[in-house]
Amino acid sequence: MWNFPLVPPTASEEGVGISILYWVITGLAVIFGSIVLFGVIYLAVRYRADNNAVDRSNAVDSDLRVELAWTLVPLVLALIMFGWAAKLYADIYAPREGYYEVFVIGKQWMWHCQHPNGVRENNVLTLPAGRLVKATIISQDVLHAFSIPAFRVKRDAVPGRYNAMYFTPTKPGEYHLFCTEYCGTKHSEMIGKVIVLPEKEFQAWLEKGGQGLATATTSMGGGAAAGGGTLTLAQQGEQTFKALGCNACHMNPNSAVKVPDITKTWGSDIMLEDGRVVKGDEAYIRESILNPGAKIHKGYQNLMPPYQGQVSEEQLVQLIAYIQSLADSSTGGN
Amino acid sequence: MATATYTGTEKPNYLNWKTTVASWLLTYDHKRIAILYLVSISIFFLLGGLAAAFIRLDLATPKGDLLTSDIYNKMFTTHGVIMIFLFLIPSIPAVFGNFLLPLMIGARDVAFPRLNLLSWYFFMAGALLVLIALFRGGIDTGWTFYTPYSSSFAKGEVSLAIVGVFLAGFASIFTGINFLVTIHKMRAPGMTWFRLPLFVWAMYATSLIQVLGTPVVAITLLLVAVERTFRIGIFDPNLGGDPILYQHLFWFYSHPAVYIMILPAMGVISEVLSAFSKRRVFGYHFVAFSSLAIAIIGFLVWGHHMFSTGQSMYAGIVFSFLTWIVAIPSAIKIFNWMATIWKGRVHWDTPMLYALGFMGLFVIGGLTGLHLAAMATNVHLTDTYFIVAHFHYVMVGGAIMGYLAALHFWWPKMTGRMYPEGWGKLAAMLVFVGFNLTFFPQFILGYMGMPRRYHSYPEEWAVLNVLSTAGSSVLGFGYLLPVIYLTWSLKYGKVVTERNPWGARGLEWELVDPVPDPHNFERIPIVTRPAYDYAHPEEPTGFVPKPRPVVVGGKDG
Repeated sequence: MWNFPLVPPTASEEGVGISILYWVITGLAVIFGSIVLFGVIYLAVRYRADNNAVDRSNAVDSDLRVELAWTLVPLVLALIMFGWAAKLYADIYAPREGYYEVFVIGKQWMWHCQHPNGVRENNVLTLPAGRLVKATIISQDVLHAFSIPAFRVKRDAVPGRYNAMYFTPTKPGEYHLFCTEYCGTKHSEMIGKVIVLPEKEFQAWLEKGGQGLATATTSMGGGAAAGGGTLTLAQQGEQTFKALGCNACHMNPNSAVKVPDITKTWGSDIMLEDGRVVKGDEAYIRESILNPGAKIHKGYQNLMPPYQGQVSEEQLVQLIAYIQSLADSSTGGN
Repeated sequence: MATATYTGTEKPNYLNWKTTVASWLLTYDHKRIAILYLVSISIFFLLGGLAAAFIRLDLATPKGDLLTSDIYNKMFTTHGVIMIFLFLIPSIPAVFGNFLLPLMIGARDVAFPRLNLLSWYFFMAGALLVLIALFRGGIDTGWTFYTPYSSSFAKGEVSLAIVGVFLAGFASIFTGINFLVTIHKMRAPGMTWFRLPLFVWAMYATSLIQVLGTPVVAITLLLVAVERTFRIGIFDPNLGGDPILYQHLFWFYSHPAVYIMILPAMGVISEVLSAFSKRRVFGYHFVAFSSLAIAIIGFLVWGHHMFSTGQSMYAGIVFSFLTWIVAIPSAIKIFNWMATIWKGRVHWDTPMLYALGFMGLFVIGGLTGLHLAAMATNVHLTDTYFIVAHFHYVMVGGAIMGYLAALHFWWPKMTGRMYPEGWGKLAAMLVFVGFNLTFFPQFILGYMGMPRRYHSYPEEWAVLNVLSTAGSSVLGFGYLLPVIYLTWSLKYGKVVTERNPWGARGLEWELVDPVPDPHNFERIPIVTRPAYDYAHPEEPTGFVPKPRPVVVGGKDG
């Protein structure tokens, strides 16, 4: 009961800058607020009707100089604060390199997280301290939002669209994870925790396939793979690739159908039939699986059947990881 | 003029010259339509407040023991839909705008009296549909009706509620059109644009938003109903739609709608501060144009509701920039109001207490808006209790304080009776204290990350939530008091026999009967002075010309 915090923990690099900005704006607000609050009380008391002891002469009712002063001073301050906040935001949310990537899928009413090596977690996300993390977030039904107050970051999980969010956890510990976009009956139960481990412990945890922590919801992906080994996300993707029959045409040197080379898709600029150039990213791959006719690769025909409704968000994430791994291995990895 | 039904000996007024039910329900009199609106929105305010009471009681415990999560979700939807669409948006425009606008500019009525009555019927029809939807099991979409939840997932009579909001929206459009035309075409001789009371400028700016913004949200909501009913893909990605498109269209109206709620209150504050400081509003032109600036720039900031949706970063930066800019006109108003009190003769009557309370709460609401204009902090705070606290400071602390100031200030003119001053002051204090106790803790909860629309929350936030719930009981009591004593005053309040009990300037005080004549003015007045001319108390703002003598046999022209 008497655990009674007034500020959230700050457990990410980004959180430090955002907290400083928050308190500077709060400071400005307190200064301006005090001027107005105490000013109003002072004036209203001093100039009360029955007080005839005050000087009321020269009570002008307009003055361009003071109007300019109280227009321009707030305006300049506003522009400074705007620039600071926008720069900080751009630094945090613009695409960054050298990250550890996790995929997050929101659904009524749970969070499903996938690590690159195949470990899956539900309503828990385990992360290493001191490393940049990219969370790629999507929803499979309604809107959700992935919010970690201790890191001061948040991104909406939108159905049909990948959103990315970058952050660098710094302090090992357990932190709240919330859905902050109203998503139906059990919105307030769509919660979980983010566990930050020191790098070494995190690696050990990963190698043990996500075991060894008291997170009963953590499990291994890939099922009982041949050889008893565990499958990475990309390997799961390769299995899905075969299970869906994609390999009948793609990655098949003897294919009777002329198909784009998917080993070159990831990260490349793709010329379309209508002359547009698009980036070979998560969004493009997702769309090209679900609705291949939307963006036709220049020089190819629209022959592939749409997979809308036949592939789950989990499988899409696996397939993306697989296609990404193809490009990485053909260019020597990153 | 007055016919059969009035049998008293005094000069009849708009309330007693006809008293049948039909004379009220079929009235074209802007003053009676204002009273119709006043009675209806007061009932909706109590309903919306009741839902809020359930929300706060449920949140008194971390597990939310009072309600199930399903009922809780329906409660906050009920609270939001009723308070926004059925109370705040019509509140000051439809009640005080209707009552005062023609009186203030020296007109006999608004430009389109029939449209004015139709507006009330549209509003009531919309309200009825919303209430039917609520009583037939309720809806749980939130007042924002975000897709695809509202269009493809939510159960209940969502479409019915949407059609209700659609109709209420048209009521708002009718009011806006009426006011724009009235202000342009029906100002009395001598009532130039810069002699208009600032309340009229505020109503002009508000009407612009109502006319330009409301059609967008009306059509958008109808599209949700279309997608829900006919499964035509517009917003649901499974049907080929785009859920973010909905948010753009929704906030294109719903952010300016915030200004529909606050601008009229700002107009009221200009009137009340001036009347109770006995001084012309400082920087009249700046206050007038800041209303227009808010209305225009307010149309260009909607994307600040969507920083976390993944909208383009460059779009976000532009929206953030404009959001910082739109704060400036509000700051200009605040400073000019302070300068209005300066060297005035300040009377601490109830309307003034509410106006001073408005300044305090609106400043806190406005300044916490800066945390949300700033992109980096916005993303942390959006969809938390910080947002809830911020917009309640603006829309309850601001708009409802303005509404209550207006209600007490013009009560003698509307009813011919004075409210009890002691009770009035007590209620104003209770509302101010209760409001801060309720909503200030929510800023702290929000910064710690407590999401809005949560039915349960982690244990460590219990103390602040209990504080908030305790405050809401004080606030609730503060709101109930005026309902009781104002109703009481209708029968037992001191009868007001003078035209101008506050000694205020303005046609509605100086040239209109204690309770207005059904036709406002015997003849259209001629305005000779600027607004708020307290520096020359001996010269009234205008005069009503004497009827010309009838020359027998001569030509009248």
